[in-house]
Amino acid sequence: MDKVYESIDEAVADIPDGASIAISGFFTAGTPVHLIRALARQGAKDLTLICQQVGPGNEDLTKLVLQGQVKKAVCTYPFYRSVTKGANSAFEKAVRAGKIELEVYPMGTFIEKLRAAAAGLAGFYTPTGVGTVVETGKEKRVFNGHEYLLETALKPDYALVYAWKGDRTGNLVCRKTARNYNPEMAAAARITIASVEEIVEPGELDSDKVHIPGIYVQRVVRVDRQDYIPTID
Amino acid sequence: MVQKSEKLTGLSRELMTLRIANELEDGTYVNLGIGIPTLVSNWIAGRDIVLQSEIGMLNTGPLAGPEDVDQDCINASCQAVTELPGACYFSDCESMAMIRGGYMDVAVMGALQVSEKGDFAGWNNPERGLPERIGNIGGSMDLAVGARKVILAMMHTTPEGALKIVKKCTYPLTAVGVVHLIVTDLAVIEVTPRGLVLKEVAPGITAEDVQSVTEPKLIISPELKEMQL
Repeated sequence: MDKVYESIDEAVADIPDGASIAISGFFTAGTPVHLIRALARQGAKDLTLICQQVGPGNEDLTKLVLQGQVKKAVCTYPFYRSVTKGANSAFEKAVRAGKIELEVYPMGTFIEKLRAAAAGLAGFYTPTGVGTVVETGKEKRVFNGHEYLLETALKPDYALVYAWKGDRTGNLVCRKTARNYNPEMAAAARITIASVEEIVEPGELDSDKVHIPGIYVQRVVRVDRQDYIPTID
Repeated sequence: MVQKSEKLTGLSRELMTLRIANELEDGTYVNLGIGIPTLVSNWIAGRDIVLQSEIGMLNTGPLAGPEDVDQDCINASCQAVTELPGACYFSDCESMAMIRGGYMDVAVMGALQVSEKGDFAGWNNPERGLPERIGNIGGSMDLAVGARKVILAMMHTTPEGALKIVKKCTYPLTAVGVVHLIVTDLAVIEVTPRGLVLKEVAPGITAEDVQSVTEPKLIISPELKEMQL
């Protein structure tokens, strides 16, 4: 079962207009920048992006906004922390102008929605957000004397993920905090496209140390490691 | 908003965070939020305290120097960090699960407002003028409901003198009734079912000073003392 694509552009070529795409990365760490750039070259429109933020630590997503490819975003920490930087950001301007629809969830709810989809669950009850604006319009239920909100599963059409090493069958290994959203996003999507720094033959990864089982990954493409200094402000 | 013109000089941010570090017990797992809470890490070197980073790391070490930056090892503020012996990594989903699941002994968080009931607001300043229900929530709401003890680290008033310790929060809430302790540049205040109890004052600050910049009526602890630093 060889899932390797030779070309990054080929790996994202079939993403249609209107697709929902989970894009991993916690600010700079574990972000599939090469795949995002390929998506910008490919030009699919009316996209729904499911990602931590659009902009801070991940300027490549801004290109999708500037090219008018984004219809909606589902995020947890969408904006720059700096009010000034935010006011100048293409994404924040588009959200303020109503050109991009934005849903924001607490971080644990955001990623649990994807995990639920990956695990075949319709939703889950969480204590997070009770008594805040997050509960607006959601079912509230009491278990053991405590209130919980019903949050529903979120299943993306595609996931773009990043890993340190992968084998030809899609087993992936991440490094340190670059793991972040990658495992659950990879598992949740119908089609997961993994960018990896090194592709090895089956059997070469330590089978006890695989972070993302290959069953969740449909395409693997090798990318060059891009060096940078982590920062958001 | 209530304004107070008189300017009280209390502790520096560094000393506030020293007071918070003294509050932490050995053998505990602690998450430090963005901003002032991050400074607590400067005071706990060598102590038996494990710092969690919500990106998915336990035993987070000090910030990395220029030579030992690893771009794959960052904290929730996107700063390169080091790892201490015993560190481990996990997904963000598992990180949030361990936070919600009640495994974090203490979360130290910043706040824009806190009420006498222990409600607090920290994720969205309405003055930014974003559309309703939109803002940078991040891990704040999960930490607020999940941590066994929530300590707020905040300046007692805004730079303009507006009160932040109020009867009822007017800003969008992070969580309801979760705050245990408030440490400011002027005071240490405990949230109790009876109300806010003033336990300590900064050097040179009186209980009357603290009350003058606090909207709810403070209960003065019989053991009121000066902060030990």
